[in-house]
Amino acid sequence: MATRASSTHTPRAKGETLHDGFLRHAGFRWAKIAGGLSLLLVVSYALIDITPRHNGGSWYGYTLGTIGVGLILWLTALGLRKRAMTTGRWSLKAWTSAHVYLGLSLIVIGTLHTGFQFGWNVHTLAYGLMMLVILSGLYGITVYTVLPRALSSNRSEMTQGQMLDALRAIDRQLHDAAQPLAQEDAALVRMSLDQDPFGGGLWRRLTGNHRDCVTTQAHRELRRATSTRPNLGNDPLEKVDALLDRKEAMLAQLRRHLRLRALLEIWLYVHVPATFALLAALTAHIVSVFFYW
Amino acid sequence: MSDSVRIAIVGSGPAGLSAAARAAQLGLSHVLLEKTDHLSDTIYKYQKGKHVMATPSQLILRSDCDFDAGKREAILETWNRQAAELGVTVAYQAEVKAITGSAGAFTITTTKGQTFVAEAVIMAIGTQGNPNLLRCPGGDLPHIQYQLDDPGEYVDEHITVIGSGDAGIENALGLAADAAQGNVVTILNRGADFARAKSANVKLLMEAGEQGRIRIMTETSPAEVRPGELVLDTRDGQETIRCDRIIARMGSAAPRKFVESCGIDFTSEDREAFPKLSPVFETTNPGIFVIGALAGYPLIKHCMNQGYDVVEFINGNRDLKPADEPILEAKFAALPGTRSVDEWLELLRARVTILNDLSPLQMREFMLDSEVRAYKAGDVVFERAAPGSSLFAVAEGSALVEVNPTDPSVTVPIEQGSIFGEVGLISGRRRGATVRAGAASIMVEVSRTAALKLMASVPAAKRAVTRISIERQLLQIFGPGLSTDDVAQLMESAEVLSVRAGQPIITEGEDGTDIYVIRVGSMIVEKMVAAKPVFLSYLPAGSYVGEMTLIGGGKRTATVKAAIKSEVIKLDGAAMRALMDRKPALLERARTMMASRQDVNAFIESRKDSFSGAVDMYSETARFLVDNGIGEATDVLLIDENLCVGCDNCEKACADSHEGLSRLDREAGKTYAHLHVPTSCRHCEHPHCMADCPPNAIHRGPDGEVFIDDTCIGCGNCQRNCPYGVIRMDSVPPPKPSLLSWLFLGKGPGPGEPSKKWRYKHAEPGVEKPKKAIKCDMCSGIDGGPACVRACPTGAAIRVAPEDFLSVARLERENG
Ligand SMILES: Cc1cc2nc3c(=O)[nH]c(=O)nc-3n(C[C@H](O)[C@H](O)[C@H](O)COP(=O)(O)OP(=O)(O)OC[C@H]3O[C@@H](n4cnc5c(N)ncnc54)[C@H](O)[C@@H]3O)c2cc1C
Ligand code: HEM
Repeated sequence: MATRASSTHTPRAKGETLHDGFLRHAGFRWAKIAGGLSLLLVVSYALIDITPRHNGGSWYGYTLGTIGVGLILWLTALGLRKRAMTTGRWSLKAWTSAHVYLGLSLIVIGTLHTGFQFGWNVHTLAYGLMMLVILSGLYGITVYTVLPRALSSNRSEMTQGQMLDALRAIDRQLHDAAQPLAQEDAALVRMSLDQDPFGGGLWRRLTGNHRDCVTTQAHRELRRATSTRPNLGNDPLEKVDALLDRKEAMLAQLRRHLRLRALLEIWLYVHVPATFALLAALTAHIVSVFFYW
Repeated sequence: MSDSVRIAIVGSGPAGLSAAARAAQLGLSHVLLEKTDHLSDTIYKYQKGKHVMATPSQLILRSDCDFDAGKREAILETWNRQAAELGVTVAYQAEVKAITGSAGAFTITTTKGQTFVAEAVIMAIGTQGNPNLLRCPGGDLPHIQYQLDDPGEYVDEHITVIGSGDAGIENALGLAADAAQGNVVTILNRGADFARAKSANVKLLMEAGEQGRIRIMTETSPAEVRPGELVLDTRDGQETIRCDRIIARMGSAAPRKFVESCGIDFTSEDREAFPKLSPVFETTNPGIFVIGALAGYPLIKHCMNQGYDVVEFINGNRDLKPADEPILEAKFAALPGTRSVDEWLELLRARVTILNDLSPLQMREFMLDSEVRAYKAGDVVFERAAPGSSLFAVAEGSALVEVNPTDPSVTVPIEQGSIFGEVGLISGRRRGATVRAGAASIMVEVSRTAALKLMASVPAAKRAVTRISIERQLLQIFGPGLSTDDVAQLMESAEVLSVRAGQPIITEGEDGTDIYVIRVGSMIVEKMVAAKPVFLSYLPAGSYVGEMTLIGGGKRTATVKAAIKSEVIKLDGAAMRALMDRKPALLERARTMMASRQDVNAFIESRKDSFSGAVDMYSETARFLVDNGIGEATDVLLIDENLCVGCDNCEKACADSHEGLSRLDREAGKTYAHLHVPTSCRHCEHPHCMADCPPNAIHRGPDGEVFIDDTCIGCGNCQRNCPYGVIRMDSVPPPKPSLLSWLFLGKGPGPGEPSKKWRYKHAEPGVEKPKKAIKCDMCSGIDGGPACVRACPTGAAIRVAPEDFLSVARLERENG
């Protein structure tokens, strides 16, 4: 291609031009490592003969347990790594990549560690919590893979702040346009103006079900009045009607935005607290094992 | 009122006021003429409460008025008080429109018809200039005004605002803000859209238009002003509207015309040129002196010192050393030999060719912005591929350029008096070769700003730099193996052309064998495939095109057009061919390049059938990026929205790596095909922000980053000049508690930029932190590189150089 006056660059300390997401990072390096580790453990589990049977207390079980605890502590450290902006050549993407695949390998490590001995006790509680964390993580990478495109398309170059601004602008116009309206029509508009775009609670946010939205209701009511009358171009109701139309579209966009963001974040509210519960259960598990030893 | 005074001072800014204060102190008869009804209008117009900075700190203040960093109000108050105490004679509302006569008896006329007679005149009118006036019939009627101080003042009027910039829009919105005022507001715009204004303002205006609060008339201009009426030229013919008041906000004109009309010459035709001045600030019209921003010194301290100095000079004190003497002394201190500042200045001026034409005053100013160093033989001046935008001049000794990167022993000498490093200055890209001192040498390093100023004020310097830089650029691109003589022949046919964005230099299907070297800016190469233009490649400054027809014959196979405003060197095809015939190595290199370019073309064409969608997408994406300023970027942050989960960890990391303020807005900005260009610095090849920085605080750093140093005075020029809106003005927030105490004890606001509320609550009481310009510095000096990229959990954030990113490799990879 083009010759450059200075074609030899000093090495760029920047992201590669041909970039990969965290799942494909460095040619699936961590997937291979974690996969290899899991395979090795499954095979050795089958080959190594522990009498009377595999359990957490054998030398093999202790080895797996130690690896597991180490991994869990390291996985938890991602929360710190993400927030501590220290200097140095680390990349959070590489960390996340390793986190995901090594985290998944815990399914194998943890399960083999148990020797498939489950019961209603603190040990199985720790195992259950670990699986909960892992499952939520799986949900996480699923939404991280599926939703960003939708988030990007729905935004259509608007920021969340701009969406809210646009809503407010429409509200101001609605307010002015509603001045000449009759009492009860004005009350309908008022209802829409008083609506909190963030309101409705978590469930509604996540499901995107806003059927009883007051703006929609107000719009429906007013439509009923205007639909029977010819539009002569000077009816204040027509203007309000058009504005409500725009408001509904804007609200729908904002709500889709908020919904996608909520879906992308909600799992962390399981993943992280469950991690802390796991750490507590793990401590109890270890203490009790040594206590009864 | 025509008692003659010894000195008349025009303009009461820091420069004029300081001069008047000195005159008063010396007991000289004087008058200070001020256009407005208050002192120092430029500073008066700063925003309320602005923290005014007193840079450069090493410069001592020499004035009868005090000045120290502080609030605008306090400074104006001090000056008002001191002007009264010192007995300064001020004539307010005295806008000078003409100065006639000669030394000993100048007659100064104001727009109100007053005249003043003075033996000497000091012009200190700054660079703010005058508003552009309405030029249609009736343009002098009294209901036209050029400023709006308080929109609340007017009720029940039909007001027309003329002008489509931010000032006009803000005025119109202000007048229509309160419906109770009952104003009928119309805004006129000559063009079809409001492209010059901030998008937030345009949005508010459109909203007001939709609500009927403001009537917006586009493609409309005033034809005639009548009392109570305004005749308009609209797209559909003339229209007359009722109009009680006109607010004209059509920008302002620099004061150059007025200054020239007083018989004062400027150093060149360049827009950036300043009046020609003697060492005592005297202009080419003897008896008239120019100081302050108008003389090219935009910092308040400089202005005030010059006010003092110029009056001393006029009063006959010719031995006064300028206040910047100690700074220059320090610059020369480390050099061998014992020479005084004046001797050094004279030595450099006489030895370095491009400085020959400078006056002693210009020489002083030049050296204030430049550095001078001594080198031992063999010392490295700069390394190949190091970024740098400064120019070097050899004042003593010589320099050796290592033209062959693989063999440092192959060098080309640069003699005493000549310059090097000019490519960095022109193209803003990395150094092309390592340069060492050939003997014990003294070199002057000229900052980019000083070099541009020099070229603007000394036409000969401009020609010299241009010629040398073209010669060297050609050597670098077509060398090694070429001699200066070879290049000299090419130079004879060379022509420098400037190219508008979008304008083609080569058009597909046409004849032609000329070669084009891209000197400034960048080009994109497109080819029509199946009746659609397909993007082939991106060429940054320093590349050349046009070799295909020269070597292979035939018609041009692709169109090459400017991505942004660019400059190219056109080389005659025949001359180039002759050179190639003599230098087979050159032909060989050109052939190799041609082959690789042909490969790209063939690749794209072959893909066009099987992956026509992908090729279109690639072309569209490339075009989108070029439209968004990637063409002038050297390093840009992109976000792949296929991967971005919107966690904003990039912004948080940015804030936490830089005193708690984020320099990037992830969500804002344009997106195409899920490729998002966030609001963040692109480190332009020719940064717009650098254009007009009074303390010269914006530089290009060692990694190519454009950064703002501590001398920023917070004037906001760079913010206004940046077309991408990536500079913000803010003060450093108070320090946060550590991450761990946030995690475990819930102390502090957590990672990222603290909220305004938290900042307000935890501000150190009584300490005022100045607002300064902040922007991305590419995390220079931070080990590990840009924090935004390192902190992205999914790999969505990437930093790229356009020539790497806009390559066909992308397409190859995406479709295997
Ligand atoms: C927003 C902003 C912030 C800044 N912040 C700083 C800072 O923090 N620190 C710093 O050092 N510098 C700062 N500067 C730069 C500095 O303010 C100016 O460079 C400086 O004021 C120039 O001084 P002056 O005396 O040459 O001219 P000015 O201050 O521009 O004064 C010129 C005066 O002449 C009057 N005048 C003009 N034409 C006529 C005429 N025909 N007849 C009569 N009177 C006339 C004007 O009304 C005005 O009062 C800032 C600039 C801006 C725009
Ligand atoms: C026992 C195992 C695991 C533990 C203890 C654990 C713990 C954590 C913690 C503490 C964080 C930091 C969250 C934050 O601070 O925002 C995190 C993030 C994350 N986890 Fe896990 N995790 C585990 C397993 C997994 C698995 C198996 C997956 C995927 C399949 C996964 C996917 C993720 C992802 C994608 C993030 C990054 C979120 C982000 O930064 O946006 N985790 N995990």
